[in-house]
Amino acid sequence: MLSQALVLSAVLFVIGTFGVLVRRNAIIMFLCIELQLNAVNLSLVALSRAVGIDGQVFVFFVMTVAAAEAAVGLAIIISIFRHYETVNVDSFNLLKW
Amino acid sequence: MSASLGMFWLDGAESAAAFDPVLPGLIVLLPLLGFLANGWLALRHAERSADAVRRGEELDLDTGGRPSTHTLPSLIGPGVLLASFALVVVNFVRMSAVELHDPVVVRYWTWMATGTFTVDAALQFDQLSMIMMLVVTGVGFLIHVFSVGYMKDDPGYPRYFAYLNLFVFFMLVLVTGASFPVMFVGWEGVGLCSYLLIGFWFGDREKSDAGKKAFIVNRIGDFGFLVALFILFINFQTLDFVTVFGEAPEALTYGGGVVTAITLFLLLGAAGKSAQIPLYVWLPDAMAGPTPVSALIHAATMVTAGVYMVARASVLFALSPVGSVTVAGVGVATALFAATIALTQTDIKKVLAYSTVSQLGYMFLGVGVGAYAAGVFHLMTHAFFKALLFLGSGAVIHSMHHALHHTHNPADAQDMRNMGGMRRFMPFTALAMWIATLAIAGIWPFAGFFSKDEIIWYAGAAAVGPYAGLYTVYWVLALAAAMLTAFYMTRMMVMTFHGANRTGDEESKHLHEAPWTMTVPLGVLAVLSMFGGWINVPEAIRESFLGLGGALPMSEWLHHWLEPITHAATQVREEALLAAGALAGQEHDYGFLHHAPFGGGELTWALVSTVAAAVVVAGTVLWVRGWSLAPASESPEPTGFRKVLYDKWYVDELYDRIIVQPLLAVSRFFWRFIDQVIIDGFVNVVGGGARAVGWFVSLFQTGSVNTYAFVITLGVLAILGAVVAGG
Repeated sequence: MLSQALVLSAVLFVIGTFGVLVRRNAIIMFLCIELQLNAVNLSLVALSRAVGIDGQVFVFFVMTVAAAEAAVGLAIIISIFRHYETVNVDSFNLLKW
Repeated sequence: MSASLGMFWLDGAESAAAFDPVLPGLIVLLPLLGFLANGWLALRHAERSADAVRRGEELDLDTGGRPSTHTLPSLIGPGVLLASFALVVVNFVRMSAVELHDPVVVRYWTWMATGTFTVDAALQFDQLSMIMMLVVTGVGFLIHVFSVGYMKDDPGYPRYFAYLNLFVFFMLVLVTGASFPVMFVGWEGVGLCSYLLIGFWFGDREKSDAGKKAFIVNRIGDFGFLVALFILFINFQTLDFVTVFGEAPEALTYGGGVVTAITLFLLLGAAGKSAQIPLYVWLPDAMAGPTPVSALIHAATMVTAGVYMVARASVLFALSPVGSVTVAGVGVATALFAATIALTQTDIKKVLAYSTVSQLGYMFLGVGVGAYAAGVFHLMTHAFFKALLFLGSGAVIHSMHHALHHTHNPADAQDMRNMGGMRRFMPFTALAMWIATLAIAGIWPFAGFFSKDEIIWYAGAAAVGPYAGLYTVYWVLALAAAMLTAFYMTRMMVMTFHGANRTGDEESKHLHEAPWTMTVPLGVLAVLSMFGGWINVPEAIRESFLGLGGALPMSEWLHHWLEPITHAATQVREEALLAAGALAGQEHDYGFLHHAPFGGGELTWALVSTVAAAVVVAGTVLWVRGWSLAPASESPEPTGFRKVLYDKWYVDELYDRIIVQPLLAVSRFFWRFIDQVIIDGFVNVVGGGARAVGWFVSLFQTGSVNTYAFVITLGVLAILGAVVAGG
């Protein structure tokens, strides 16, 4: 049971990582990051039976932070969209030297 | 009284009531308070002037009365000196009343204590420091009063008095300090004030440069002084005068390398401060300062600090025959050398400057041959007559300056060729300066006769034991220099005060006698220059007509007064000579012979020298009066040997060539090559490298989220790979 859960978690994480790397739409990238987070959550929950209850507590933390992050992230994306009228991340490269 | 004073140090066991100084700290502190008050006024005055300039006005001292910043310093400056002088006199009277054997040391607080080295802020009161304090505060007060008149119209008036008070404070620290480090504080402090006052008119580049020259040349001397202190500390573990001089005869071997090194390094320090060969070059340039400053600092007090120091450390010098003969040699060489330069100078202050260097040479000769009391005696009488000469020249320059200023004449107010016949306009100044001239020329019965003659006599009488031949040479040179002194001083007087006036017809109408604030100090100093010598008539001439047949009660007073200071050194010297058998079968006092090298006693040679000096003075008056002098602008340049003397033997040029220029060349090499090429080059390469690396790394900051995500992922994979491979 544990190994299946961990395999699923790994698959989800790789999908998420792949999505972040290849997609250009900021919202899609954002969703992929959420996917990565939840892949990690899944492995934490799965491992808690063997290791201890700490993993499950940690999952709550991650979910809370993810919710806050989603709120801030989406707000940023919306304001970027208002300015550029696009959410293609290739268009934003102002933050450099 | 003199007889008992002369005896008491021999039987110190029955030492009388203790000397208890009255308010000793206040003597030193009063001038410091004067400095603070005047300094505050100077700052206020500067603020007001700045405000006035900002408003586009000019601060005119003649309209609307003098501001308080100008009236108050006239009271505070001389006032604190007078109070200080009064305190010194009170203490002097009390000290005379008791038979003081050991110095009284007043300790205030521990200045520094590091390991075994402790220095107390302590003042020492003994016969030598008392004489010095009397001279510094007494002559200092007169010069302060003179300054009130002389500097009246100067915009920097309060600043001037602040510096002058500060100088007196440091000078008093110098002469009363109870240890070498405290003395050194005063030593450096007077150097600072000298620098500030030489460059008092700092707007003039030449004058501020003269101040720097004085300061820098003195650094060379201070190096010597400090090295001497280090050697002393290694040998004694303390630098307190009482301990060092008390233990020196036992702790140091007579004529040993250590004591010789100490004395030679001390001599270097003294030569810097007292303008002796080879460090005398700063003093003539120091004449750039206001004339009362030249009188106070560069004639009467500060420049005699070296003589005071040698007299203070007389035990050490007596322990080193080499050190002593070097001091005397430097002294007599300086006396003769400076006198030759003074022969042809045309600037009245330059003549006096070289004359001061020459007279300081005499003092060094005195303390070098072991006649410490004679050296201090000449220091004292010189303070009287040289201060008088400088103040008199100041009065003349003041008058000349006014005359030339009123007629908008650009001629030099200090050039004697522009003067002549000044005696008709300033009879009192002329009379006072003639008295000083006769005193410095060594004419009986003026002060300089007794002091200078005593030094010359002792130089001859010291021709016994080690270096007897050298002392004979010194004696002859000293006699020769005395004749030169008589000539150049008389020449200066005749060129300034006699003959026809060369200032100009219109200008001469503005020449006038100085105000009372200037003439009164001249008068007091003239009296001192006349009678100041009577306090130390040598025993040998006391009973003769030169000593008024012994009618004077004070003969040899100074000699006896200073005996507690000098007797240790005299003892060392006499014992060494006796041990060497040098005095066998010869009549002597304290190791000095009763006859000069070519025969004749003290009386004979005193008579010879004063008659010779009188002949030179009279001859010079007749000769120089016959010169047809022209104003400076019409005078031809001196030629031949006269030009060599006029250009001061080209010593400044020589120093420039062998010291200043090579130093500049080395500095330029270090600047242009070592600093600019090597050090700057290295720093520039490092900086350039950092920039290049920064530029290269900045290429990775693309600002694109995708790149970052990609690189982060790669990094995570790399770390994971490393963990897996390593684990």
